[in-house]
Amino acid sequence: MTSEAEAGKLEHDATKAPAARGMALRLRPLEQVARLTGLDTRLLAMLGALVVIWLVFDFLTGGIFLTPRNLFNLAVQGSAVGIMATGMVLVIVARHIDLSVGSVLGFIGMSIAFLQVEVLPLGAAWNWPLTIVFGIGLGALVGLWQGIWIAYGGVPAFVVTLGGLLIFRGAAFEITDGRTVAPLDPVYQLLGGGIDGSIGATASWALGLVAVALLAFFTVKARGKRTRYGFPVKPLWAEVGMVVAWSALIIGFVMVMNAYPRPRTFEPRGIPVPVLILLAVVVFMTFAARFTKFGRYVFAMGGNPEAAALSGINVKRTTVTIFVVMGVLCAVAAVVTTARLNAGTNSMGTLAELNVIAAAVIGGTSLAGGLGTIPGAILGAVVMQSLDNGMLLLDVSTSLRSIVIGLVLIAAVWFDVVYNRGRR
Amino acid sequence: MATPLVEMRNICKRFGGVQAVDDVSVDLYPGEVVGVLGHNGAGKSPLIKMLAGAYPCDSGEVYINGQKVTIETPRDARRHGIETIYQTLALADNLDAPANLFLGRELKTAFGLLDDDAMEHEARAVLHRLNPNFKNIKDPVKNLSGGQRQSVAIARAILFNAKILIMDEPTAALGPQETAMVADLIKQLKKEGIGIFLISHDLHDVFDLSDRVSVMKNGRLVGTRDTSKVTKDEVLGMIILGKLPEEETAEELAELH
Repeated sequence: MTSEAEAGKLEHDATKAPAARGMALRLRPLEQVARLTGLDTRLLAMLGALVVIWLVFDFLTGGIFLTPRNLFNLAVQGSAVGIMATGMVLVIVARHIDLSVGSVLGFIGMSIAFLQVEVLPLGAAWNWPLTIVFGIGLGALVGLWQGIWIAYGGVPAFVVTLGGLLIFRGAAFEITDGRTVAPLDPVYQLLGGGIDGSIGATASWALGLVAVALLAFFTVKARGKRTRYGFPVKPLWAEVGMVVAWSALIIGFVMVMNAYPRPRTFEPRGIPVPVLILLAVVVFMTFAARFTKFGRYVFAMGGNPEAAALSGINVKRTTVTIFVVMGVLCAVAAVVTTARLNAGTNSMGTLAELNVIAAAVIGGTSLAGGLGTIPGAILGAVVMQSLDNGMLLLDVSTSLRSIVIGLVLIAAVWFDVVYNRGRR
Repeated sequence: MATPLVEMRNICKRFGGVQAVDDVSVDLYPGEVVGVLGHNGAGKSPLIKMLAGAYPCDSGEVYINGQKVTIETPRDARRHGIETIYQTLALADNLDAPANLFLGRELKTAFGLLDDDAMEHEARAVLHRLNPNFKNIKDPVKNLSGGQRQSVAIARAILFNAKILIMDEPTAALGPQETAMVADLIKQLKKEGIGIFLISHDLHDVFDLSDRVSVMKNGRLVGTRDTSKVTKDEVLGMIILGKLPEEETAEELAELH
């Protein structure tokens, strides 16, 4: 090929590529911010929507919505759904679905409560930790069971987990014939939040500052590595801006949690334990999705299952792993839920699957597979919980609440469709 | 003659009631390009997919450098130095070029985590060699042009020191300039001693690049000929009539046009 022909071809390539310079000038401001900070425009739009929702509710409730007390409760209420939504992201990214998570939560929660109260000796210090280990193991087994049917049995996930929805709801009832099991171990109850279930002001501050320090450290380290390789880096102001924005969010969160005192005292509550568990799950799952082979394979399978198989990825084993992870997360959510209720009831987690799927989808996980982020799903969970909580404060009836949330779900996916259409 | 790089002997594959590949034997020597020709449905793709490990063969044997091997998965094929560029390119559209290049054999840090920077570094080097203006390599592959996507698929095949390269309709989706680039690359890889199977339904795409052509029809091998000893018309006769050049009559060849 002559060099002229080569140059012509290259120009041809450059004009086709969306990142070409000519297009950058036409990007809207939001997209420019997104490009420079590496954030998803959709996520930024969702953040904007959340701010609007919060301000509107705060206005309508006469300032009750944005009080530390309400935000504290909102965070605790949303943690079980948030924990499961992180796993649902991987499930949906890999082009599957899990309709059974609510029932699995109920089944594992009942099993834990039954074991703790009616099988193991009450009051023994090792009782509640053992029940948690048991619950996590049970969650992994449930995931293994469903994953094997899906990956090796070739039964669609929709069917397997629809069956699971019925099976595990029924199993939750069978354990005690529908009887509620209570009360649970007082130490175990701390995992659900409640009056003493927070870590206090000092520990909250320490944790917040450690998080900010780690964030700054890893940002500097990553930037240094890219510079050493001679790769293009984001502008310094964008990088600093991101660290500042995240730090402000972390510090702000700690301040809000510390501004809500325990009853009849001035003693700040600090970060509630279930929210702490949620945060740990989010960090772990984000890490798994972005920096492990497993996470890479999940996204590759969602983007092009055939290509994933031809690349030598063990698609079946990866699928089973996804459902095992989902089962374990259901168990973690079951611990938080039973601890908060201080009981095991057979109806725990009823319809939770819909909230979990909605959180993932509102947070930008595409049902076509291959796209989705865990922080996005958490944002989706916060949006859902905010709507529910705000309407509750406004005394909106249950029926009307479900109508509004249903409409929001459709609107969110419609927005996603329009957004993607605009990019093609 | 030297030991063949690849020898596929008496390969059979059946899909349901269809005998897709029926007792086919082909071979490939180092630094050689063998065109595998035939109409759509002649059985070229199934034959070559068995070598690539996409699915196992029903019966038959595969020898690499004279050693009998079993290839049942893409991983097996890669272990024997067999790399494949599929007609569909087989890229995960939602991932960027480095993630696609290293899919299934990621580079890892000392802690066992993905080393995205190291993968990006290697990806930039190999893609720069193929396509010097390829800058937006952090974009998802779906945002790239056809030529760039092809570059990613080719880069993935040559990045890991392939000894045997399978190219399934490598130029079907490309413009004339990109096709010329692929032809240049094939000549260069040949010089490095890599053996290449070039799969195509279009004789004109591969005749000039190939040292030999193996023609298939209805799942059977019609025959294998040196391109220096046959004419394009004779090969066309093999593809369409399913007869060897010596069996073809002048009238039959005339009717092909």
